Amino acid sequence: MINVTIDNKAIQVPEGTTILKAARMAGIEIPTLCYFELDGMKFENKPGGCRVCMVEVTKDFNGKPRRNLAPACATDCVEGMEVLTASPRALNARKTVLELILSDHPNDCLQCEKSGDCELQALAAKMGIREIPFKGEQSHYEKDTTLSVYRDMDKCVYCRRCETMCSKFQSVGALSGVNRGFPSVVAPAFEQKLGDSSCVNCGQCVQVCPVGALTLVDNINDVRKALADPTKKVVVQTAPAVRVALGEEFGMEPGTIVTGKMAAALRRLGFDYVFDTDWSADLTIMEEGTELLGRVKKLLAGDKDVKMPMFTSCCPAWVTFYEKNFPDLLGHPSTAKSPQGMFGAVTKNYFAPKIGVKREDVVCVSIMPCLAKKSECARPELGNGTDQDVNFSLTTRELAHMLKQSNIDLNSMPEEDFDSPLGQSTGAAVIFGATGGVMEAALRTAYEVHTGKTLPKIDFEECRGIFGESIREATVDFAGLPVKIAICYGLSNARKLMEEVREGNPNGYHFIEVMACPGGCIGGAGQPYHHGKSDIIKRRMDAIYREDAGKPIRKSHENPDIIAIYKEYYGEPCGHLSHEQLHTHYFDKSDKVEITK
Amino acid sequence: MVVMDETSCMPAIAKFYLEFTCEESCGKCSPCRIGNKRLCELLEKITNGNGTMDDLNALRNLAAVIKDSALCGLGQTSPNPVLSTLDNFWDEYVEHVVDKKCRAGVCKKLMQYVIDPEKCIGCGKCAKNCPAETISRTDYTAPGHKLASMVIEQSKCVKCGACYQNCKFGAISIK
Ligand code: SF4
Ligand code: SF4
Ligand code: SF4
Ligand code: SF4
Ligand code: SF4
Ligand code: SF4
Ligand code: FES
Repeated sequence: MINVTIDNKAIQVPEGTTILKAARMAGIEIPTLCYFELDGMKFENKPGGCRVCMVEVTKDFNGKPRRNLAPACATDCVEGMEVLTASPRALNARKTVLELILSDHPNDCLQCEKSGDCELQALAAKMGIREIPFKGEQSHYEKDTTLSVYRDMDKCVYCRRCETMCSKFQSVGALSGVNRGFPSVVAPAFEQKLGDSSCVNCGQCVQVCPVGALTLVDNINDVRKALADPTKKVVVQTAPAVRVALGEEFGMEPGTIVTGKMAAALRRLGFDYVFDTDWSADLTIMEEGTELLGRVKKLLAGDKDVKMPMFTSCCPAWVTFYEKNFPDLLGHPSTAKSPQGMFGAVTKNYFAPKIGVKREDVVCVSIMPCLAKKSECARPELGNGTDQDVNFSLTTRELAHMLKQSNIDLNSMPEEDFDSPLGQSTGAAVIFGATGGVMEAALRTAYEVHTGKTLPKIDFEECRGIFGESIREATVDFAGLPVKIAICYGLSNARKLMEEVREGNPNGYHFIEVMACPGGCIGGAGQPYHHGKSDIIKRRMDAIYREDAGKPIRKSHENPDIIAIYKEYYGEPCGHLSHEQLHTHYFDKSDKVEITK
Repeated sequence: MVVMDETSCMPAIAKFYLEFTCEESCGKCSPCRIGNKRLCELLEKITNGNGTMDDLNALRNLAAVIKDSALCGLGQTSPNPVLSTLDNFWDEYVEHVVDKKCRAGVCKKLMQYVIDPEKCIGCGKCAKNCPAETISRTDYTAPGHKLASMVIEQSKCVKCGACYQNCKFGAISIK
């Protein structure tokens, strides 16, 4: 421990603590802009570039004042150090630097998607900026958009968070700093459009961008149009992770479960059928679990060609990632569609005829924690050529916006149920929202189907958690058959696992779950901004497992509506009809990729 | 090493150095990336005769903040020409913004070529050589001269100096 004094408060901190963190321990919050950390989740952006966090070191290691100001985020404390975080000199520098940043910024908060959630806006308010003394040239760049991510680099403050996220956490490397000096900006290489780059539309760059430079593609108006059209029946499905985060947008504590209120609110918005992606998550487990057992059986029978390990395929960012980077391993991921995709297929093929409406007149909307789902639902193979199975995908944030526009306060909603028949789900489905959840749900079903026995213990603790090892491994005993599993989030970890598979799967994995986002979908890019507070993601996870524990049925194969639809329509999991509707195939998209690191 | 004498304009010299650092800045930190650009723009404004005393204060503060908070040596030293000329040649800066004068005659926007009607004999050589066709004849003939004197319309003058060089009678001066 070393002794430091910050704003005349003496404290002890472990060696290697930055001034920023030491000040936090002393209850002093120094403003930051470029610095970003997801505590405990191995993500840190520390370029020391914005210089908003400058502090005055009045006593340095040599007992003398430091000549220049120091960036609190990137300066380690030393024994005996004395720091002033708000001396006139530090404050003046902080304010001037902020004025500089604003002098190269459009400052059009009234029309900005990020307004209210913007860190630059909050900083300007905190520092009391009333005018910008520097007028001069402003940066202008062409706007660019994919189906998920909208880029307006005029608003970029060059914090490089997106770059660190994309290259380090996701190992995608679609965004990096280009140019020098004043025209510096973050962009895809060779002035490509983001859609032509290695980008997989995970949207995590959007989730970490402090300003409105990277935002989601807003589909609210598309959905409003459908809702206003009397010739359409509008069906909505809500993903597992949405119900544990939506409340945050209405002032509720992170981790508040709003399932019933959300169903009620969706009905007030005018959706004709309020269904649940959790229902199709149970369906996914039936298909994916059966597929896994099929592969395991082949393996045990000595089949040399069977693709092991199998990977989950419900995260579309991950799907695009292996299509672009591992075209030689496309046989490994499960062919099961994502729960969103399955839900769309069931809606258009089974439900529309059931209510006697043409599929074109049923509009299927999904509420997702995710930006990648916006791109997924537009994949040509997930439609019939003229009508997509899922027509529009909204995020948790967009749903919150819609509700607010319509004067619907989630707090005052009653608790209502989902509609039938695509509404009932089990605890296994809700845990899809957290990292390890798909694995646990699959194990619950695969174990019982394979062994014919009831699980002695339904909770697979070894699958859970967001703060542990980057790649979690376990061996699960299927009544004498050891099943080796691995779980990770972050595509850089997935890349490691894929490279292992390329080298012949030395760890002998059977089943691997991959989610692109920190902590899984609970940390998705369409969720309310967490601003780096990993505790928020943790509380969403806790809520997910609470919701699971409170469910009367917690195994997908015991969902009565799932049993019923196999009986009535699909026959059996991985049967002919489900192959046609619930499974998909992957494409070599490696020509879409420039160099990745 | 740069030698300075009475033909050197301090704000212009500071601007020369700043243009160089703007080119060299890597762009990583905001004080250097945006700050040096703004210093350049402020100096441009001052040397163009559009500066104010507020601009001089902003210039000094900004230069000090960049020096104090830039990330690397380049940014930390880039404002030095501004700070040292402000310290040592404050009067010259004030002349630029208050009197709109560049005593060294370097800041072209701040200088004027003026024809003295008493000395001008009306030969018209200046007008013939003026690329901007901005010199015309007045209706005033100075005592002892045969022709009316010439005059420069300042708003169109591009300060090329051709008239000044061509006048054999010392009638044109720089103000
Ligand atoms: S990015 Fe932030 S500061 Fe900039 S216009 Fe948008 S809300 Fe305002
Ligand atoms: S969406 Fe994901 S992959 Fe695409 S640029 Fe952003 S972080 Fe990178
Ligand atoms: S786009 Fe956003 S996250 Fe990326 S550098 Fe610019 S401000 Fe930072
Ligand atoms: S982890 Fe979930 S939220 Fe993130 S990209 Fe994948 S499916 Fe979307
Ligand atoms: S001070 Fe150094 S790090 Fe900062 S922009 Fe200038 S050259 Fe780059
Ligand atoms: S300085 Fe050049 S442009 Fe101006 S009046 Fe003389 S000749 Fe014409
Ligand atoms: S937050 Fe410290 S330099 Fe940006």
